[in-house]
Amino acid sequence: MPRVNMVQALNMALREEMRRDPRVVVLGEDVGRMGGVFLVTEGLIEEFGEERVIDTPLTEMGIVGVAIGMAMYGLRPVAEIQFIDFIYEAFDQIVNNAAWMRFRSAGMYKVPLVIRGPCCGGIRGGMHHSQSNEAYFIHTPGLYVVMPSRPYDAKGLLKESIRVDDAVIFLEPKSVYRTVREEVPEDDYTIPLGKGRVVREGDDVTLVTWGAMVYVAEKAAELAEKRRGWSVEIIDLRTLFPWDKDLVVSSLEKTGRLVIVHEAWKTLGPGAEISAYIAENHIDLLRGPVKRVASYDTPFPLVHEKLYMPNVARIYRALMEVMEW
Amino acid sequence: MTSLLGDVDLPFKPLPPRVLEEYSGMLREALGFKRAIDEEGRVVDESLLPKLTNRELAEIYEYMVRARVLDGWLLKLQRMGKVALHAPNRGQEATAVGTAKPMKPHDWLFPSYRELGAYIVRGMSEEEILDRAMNTIDDPLKGSDFAIYGNRKYNIVPAPVPVGNQIPLATGAAIAAKILGHDTVVVAMFGDGASSRGDFHTGLNFAGVFKAPVVYVLQNNQWAISVPTKRQTAAPSFAVKALAYGVPGIRVDGNDVLAVYSIVSRAIERARRREGPTLVEAVTYRLGAHTTADDPSRYRREEEVKIAERYEPLRRYRKFLESQGVLTEKEALQLEEEWDSRVEEIVRKVLQKPGLPKDVFFENVYERPPWVLEEEKKEFEESLKIAEELGIELEE
Repeated sequence: MPRVNMVQALNMALREEMRRDPRVVVLGEDVGRMGGVFLVTEGLIEEFGEERVIDTPLTEMGIVGVAIGMAMYGLRPVAEIQFIDFIYEAFDQIVNNAAWMRFRSAGMYKVPLVIRGPCCGGIRGGMHHSQSNEAYFIHTPGLYVVMPSRPYDAKGLLKESIRVDDAVIFLEPKSVYRTVREEVPEDDYTIPLGKGRVVREGDDVTLVTWGAMVYVAEKAAELAEKRRGWSVEIIDLRTLFPWDKDLVVSSLEKTGRLVIVHEAWKTLGPGAEISAYIAENHIDLLRGPVKRVASYDTPFPLVHEKLYMPNVARIYRALMEVMEW
Repeated sequence: MTSLLGDVDLPFKPLPPRVLEEYSGMLREALGFKRAIDEEGRVVDESLLPKLTNRELAEIYEYMVRARVLDGWLLKLQRMGKVALHAPNRGQEATAVGTAKPMKPHDWLFPSYRELGAYIVRGMSEEEILDRAMNTIDDPLKGSDFAIYGNRKYNIVPAPVPVGNQIPLATGAAIAAKILGHDTVVVAMFGDGASSRGDFHTGLNFAGVFKAPVVYVLQNNQWAISVPTKRQTAAPSFAVKALAYGVPGIRVDGNDVLAVYSIVSRAIERARRREGPTLVEAVTYRLGAHTTADDPSRYRREEEVKIAERYEPLRRYRKFLESQGVLTEKEALQLEEEWDSRVEEIVRKVLQKPGLPKDVFFENVYERPPWVLEEEKKEFEESLKIAEELGIELEE
């Protein structure tokens, strides 16, 4: 089994799906002859040609709108947004067409489309190369939202996303792209949408997170264990809509304490939804307040990004607050 | 109430011949190529030589030199890890300087991210640019984003990183100036890639409808990262796109600083007379990478860049100045050396400056920070204390 990073795992997923299904096409800025600015689509144009690996003019609205039309007609496009921060130009297309075409045509048309791209901070990318804007898409009915944290999941989730008959927003934490390597099978496997995974088992507190924050949470959990003897269970949601409530609830049945960590802005971030759902339906399981650790409600700064995003100290503080409540 | 039939086409009929005539004239400009001096600095079109004194002509050269020298330093500092990211300007100095020079101080500039020459012409110093690039305590934009420069002091609006979204803003500012009765002209600069965005089309469309006093300078540097212009548009020029919005478009040699100056200057005068907007396509070439994060050898050949070097703007303008007796080659080279040591000194000074305060990102989100941010700032301060107690370095 090859040991690969997330970029390579995503490339494997695209290549395998394009070989398996001639309807799968890739389009976006610089995805062809350059292979994408992060090289996720490297080598695809050589194997599949310009008809299926399409360098587009510079417009997210155009890329997404055209991809939706292709999907409605019968292709299965994977549209790359070079940095997910650039996606806003395509918002009208995503909401009104990608997400709602099935509903507004009473099921006569579907949009089997993946919109994928690098997200999140940690590479000193400033306000337009660092955002975690998943909440906009989670908030929009009709979309799946996915964010893998490791190469194995990235491959299985991307393959599944390509096969799903609805639009999927597939967010790739770029700080993990080349920093994590693991064995990824070369065979055809998929990971179902809506299923999280337990990253680390524990009894005292459940920490729900995703993307690059999984690794920061692990560090904070180790520190809390070493210094205070607290045992932290970490759940990587992997899919953000629909999120794996069964996994979270079963963990809470054990721990009774919940901390949610995400890079997205705190106000109306995904943590607000998870917290509200638990408060509405499982308040009896909770031994104390739910705590969220999120990016502050300001634009993503170029300077001091590690202080702005959830960090070990901020997560440790939240763990203290729930454990000592 | 508007007159009956005044605003609509009834009965349907062909457009009058004068419209066709007017548009064929516009088409010739949009598909043509304006140039004052050729690659060897020889005058090819007297009508495009601006009426400038020798001192002003030399000054234009000095601006271009300063842009090139500073560009080199920013590249060097990026490689040293002192600058997060830089978008190289090399090769595009003539467009930046030629565009900014005919502007008045109270005119507004909406630049993109490859216009060092324009900032310098408008008064931004090397020190300020380096403070910005290295996010020192004196960074006027307080660490907000990389490769972006702006300062209200010089009427330079910070560029957006998402390409081209400043275009409707420029149109809107120009319409506002017109409504308020100011004689301000707005200039927007952007690249060939931006012309594919909806912002470009809607920006020009509004400008045409409302006769906005705005000049758009499209720097066609032939590459949008790895995408060549032929993949960006099937049209033979970018200038021709303006015609669809009732706006004149003019294609000019963007490496000929005198032609850029003359054409932009005429467009600014036209806008100031409130006769409407203009799109200037400046044909140039990006000699460097898209940014320091890009490797152009993945998508274009080194030979192409070598050929493009022959057309670079400083050499040819230097030859022109020499032929006119404005500046000798020796003086020109001296100028470059002088600025290089001056900038080196400034770099040394800026490197000594402290960085921005840790809580800087809580500033300038709202005029009056809501309770949400006040609570978050408290959490922030507590987390710094906890990090200290735990003995962990958060910003390694």
